[in-house]
Amino acid sequence: MCAEKKFDPLENSAYEAVVGLEVHVQLNTSTKMFCRCENRFGAEPNTNVCPVCLGWPGALPYANREAIEQSLRAVLACGCEVGEFSKFDRKNYYYPDLPKGYQISQYDQPLGLGGQVDFFLDGEKAGVQLTRIHLEEDAGKNTHVAGRPVSFVDLNRAGTPLLEIVTEPDISSAAEAGAFLRNLRLIMLYLGVSDCNMEEGSLRCDVNISIRPKGAQHLETRAEIKNLNSFNFIEKALHYEISRQIDLKERGEEVVQETRLYDPERDETRSMRGKEAEHDYRYFPEPDLTPVTFTREQLEDIRSGLPELPVARLQRYTSELGLEDYPAGLLVRDHEAAIFFDACIELYPKARSVANWILNSLKEEANSRKTGISSLGLEPGRFVDLVKAVDAGVVSSQKGRDVLKPMLESDKPVVEIISELGLEQISDDSELREQVEKVLSEHPGPVEDVRAGKKNSVNFLVGQVMKETRGKANPGKVAEMIGEILSA
Amino acid sequence: MTKSVFDTRDSIRAGELTATAAAEDALRQVEQVNPQLDAATEILREEALAQAAELDRRLESGEDPGPLAGVPFTVKSNICTLYGRTSAASRIIENHVSPYEATAVRRLREAGAVCVAKTNLDEFGMGSSTENSSIKITKNPWKTTHVPGGSSGGAAALCSATRGMLHLGSDTGGSIRQPAAYCGVTGLKPTYGRVSRYGLLAFASSLDQIGPLQHSALECALVLEAMAGVDEMDCTSRNVEVKDYVESASRDISGMRLGIAPELFPEGVGSEVRERVEQAIEVLRGLGAEVKEISLPNARYANPAYVLVSAAEASSNLARYDGVHFGHRTKEAEDLTALYKSSRAEGFGPEVKRRIMIGSFVLSSGYYDAFYLKALKVRKLIRQDFETALGEVDAVVCPTSPITAFPIGERMDDPMKLYAVDVLTVPANLASLPALSLPCGLSGDGLPIGMQLYGRAMEDDVVLRIANAFQSETEHHLQAPAVNAWGGEGEA
Repeated sequence: MCAEKKFDPLENSAYEAVVGLEVHVQLNTSTKMFCRCENRFGAEPNTNVCPVCLGWPGALPYANREAIEQSLRAVLACGCEVGEFSKFDRKNYYYPDLPKGYQISQYDQPLGLGGQVDFFLDGEKAGVQLTRIHLEEDAGKNTHVAGRPVSFVDLNRAGTPLLEIVTEPDISSAAEAGAFLRNLRLIMLYLGVSDCNMEEGSLRCDVNISIRPKGAQHLETRAEIKNLNSFNFIEKALHYEISRQIDLKERGEEVVQETRLYDPERDETRSMRGKEAEHDYRYFPEPDLTPVTFTREQLEDIRSGLPELPVARLQRYTSELGLEDYPAGLLVRDHEAAIFFDACIELYPKARSVANWILNSLKEEANSRKTGISSLGLEPGRFVDLVKAVDAGVVSSQKGRDVLKPMLESDKPVVEIISELGLEQISDDSELREQVEKVLSEHPGPVEDVRAGKKNSVNFLVGQVMKETRGKANPGKVAEMIGEILSA
Repeated sequence: MTKSVFDTRDSIRAGELTATAAAEDALRQVEQVNPQLDAATEILREEALAQAAELDRRLESGEDPGPLAGVPFTVKSNICTLYGRTSAASRIIENHVSPYEATAVRRLREAGAVCVAKTNLDEFGMGSSTENSSIKITKNPWKTTHVPGGSSGGAAALCSATRGMLHLGSDTGGSIRQPAAYCGVTGLKPTYGRVSRYGLLAFASSLDQIGPLQHSALECALVLEAMAGVDEMDCTSRNVEVKDYVESASRDISGMRLGIAPELFPEGVGSEVRERVEQAIEVLRGLGAEVKEISLPNARYANPAYVLVSAAEASSNLARYDGVHFGHRTKEAEDLTALYKSSRAEGFGPEVKRRIMIGSFVLSSGYYDAFYLKALKVRKLIRQDFETALGEVDAVVCPTSPITAFPIGERMDDPMKLYAVDVLTVPANLASLPALSLPCGLSGDGLPIGMQLYGRAMEDDVVLRIANAFQSETEHHLQAPAVNAWGGEGEA
């Protein structure tokens, strides 16, 4: 789960880090948050817009019910408390990517309060407390041209629904932050509320960080690093920032409350603007929107429709199905693989075989096509037929892989493909014995070696038989037969 | 011979008048009085005649273009129309042409009505005299040295001086009713949520409402019927049945209970105003209404609460006029902050700036609780007062404004004096109730006096009905101002 072991500035240090995160998750609703423009990435600048998301005079917002429902899924999945009443507020500030001069957000009555996200860190179960989850609209995007006194504003993204997840200052290392975020991303993917594509900015993170003497309870001055959009950058930025703050303190200097930017090319954080007073956003209730209300029953419906979440799934795979931690983790981290796995074991409960075949063969096929398992279009039933054929010895595990490819290209039954390819194992003992005796007679040297007790030579002879039979022999059976003949 | 909107509509439907002739007549009237009144900011001759010609083609081929086919209308310049400028009488968007139209306008257009002019207002609706227009100062047709009231002063003056058209205004704290009173016409601020606000340039979103200014309550009923109803583009519009307002306004009022609250006859109300309104109440009593005293103990806090709530919302609503996305941009600016500052400093007039400053202040941390939050609490109390009172009576009667139209320039230097004229109208906006102003006589110096009716939420028909009963019995609403386009003998 973690990248290679890196230098940890907190190792053997007198300080500990206090980290809080603000995570922005772009929802994958069909339309924007407050208008009916499509919610999609990558159109020509300023083409996916309307009077509402452009903030034209007289236009009014109307809330997207789908976005509220998706948010509630996320809120309930993270164990937040949900009131029956929530409302939108205006956050007032000027910036060219914000056409109305205010962002519609949520201030004192967010959709979700509190909550906790559990995950595994170095094999141990860990948890991060959440402060809140609220729903807001995204801003547009400014592009600055180096060396020219112009900036471009693209408002395609303006008004797309954004979930902001705020943690308590509950995280104490870069690794913990990374593990939390990876799991949070996974939860969102499981819920189907976001594609969490970090390159396209649909998952972004602001990091608040301070250090304090180990064991202290108070909070010291923090710096904020804005708009990190890869797990790798987040961990690196945190490492850098922790080291920087330790250095400052060691030199007797103070950490300044400021916003910093992480530069991945130089692997450092830099001050974005100087020390500044806390911005007064003049929040007030959004008068153009009616409050969001829902009944207990509606919430219960959403709650009961939630999928099994990653941590619960991992526990089920290991403790109920008896998978090892490693393959269980691999399955859980690939939601499509996990769904496929669950469908397969409904039909054929040999979890280990199914998991191996998915992780070793099917994922390879998906990877080579640069797609996910669900896009392969393979019926779990047909896949299970293949696993069963291998387990029953109809086809060797090695040749089983050769069956998989044609399975993805046609709808033919698995047995038919196996026989068409002539891959059935030799099940007739006398036929196999004939092949074995032929090989033994052709390789007197190794036969002598076996008789002299050299085990390796058995393998050589088995290999030769496999070669002769073009892999259709069962290697275990062949070894057994060689032993029988030579000891006779 | 004076014409009502019903006459225009019926003549067109009967084939006695073409839509083109109706548009020509409306344009002639506007063009005739506008040089004296400066009421229209733009006269849309070409576009109106083109639309009228199209309607005539449809009428000739036997089509029914809608219940208001060929009826001319005007639109306040803070309401979006597809042609004509929607400038809000502000330099900051003085040449703004909207890419879409307001729902209220669309509904009138789809009913066959033809927009002939955009009308003047106080910049963004902020004012009570139309003196805060960046374009020009509108004059009162009864006395052109006097203000027409505001902010829908252009619509009120034009309505007063012409016949046979519909006029759309907007009302945030009295902006339909007060100018209606000063110009001797009938103006309705519908229940909040009755008419979609989509396409109305927001001043204070929780208070704004589009409504008609007409010569009679029945004309108002006709316009309301065409505009009202839920709109998916405005989630504060309410899904409540749209009544046949003309029919329900035509019923009698015997047995109806009217409330009089001493708090809505405060000391500042002039004696002539008080007298005329009291006489009008007697007329209503004569028509079978019961009159009883009620109490609205918190009404006297309405004005300060209104000033704070409306300014707070305005400070945010007007943030979009920043020189970046549309409207006025300063010629030279060092950096982004300077661009914002100069564009806004150059684009907004003094009253708008004052309200943005008040609004930004009361929303600031440290002041929010003491001002904005307290104002919201007062608003809630006022709402409750009306709920209680309107549990005992069907409508509340009071003057529309404590005074009659005042001379141009008289109150410009003292904003508090200007805000004071709103004292009797703002409670309706704070309480989201329907309220209507209708003429009930003239002052000694020949200026109109307005009586106001407050009704229960979504009972717009009740105030229309009381007003219509009064107008069926009296002729105050038929008196002609000094400047008029039909040759009526003026009073002054």
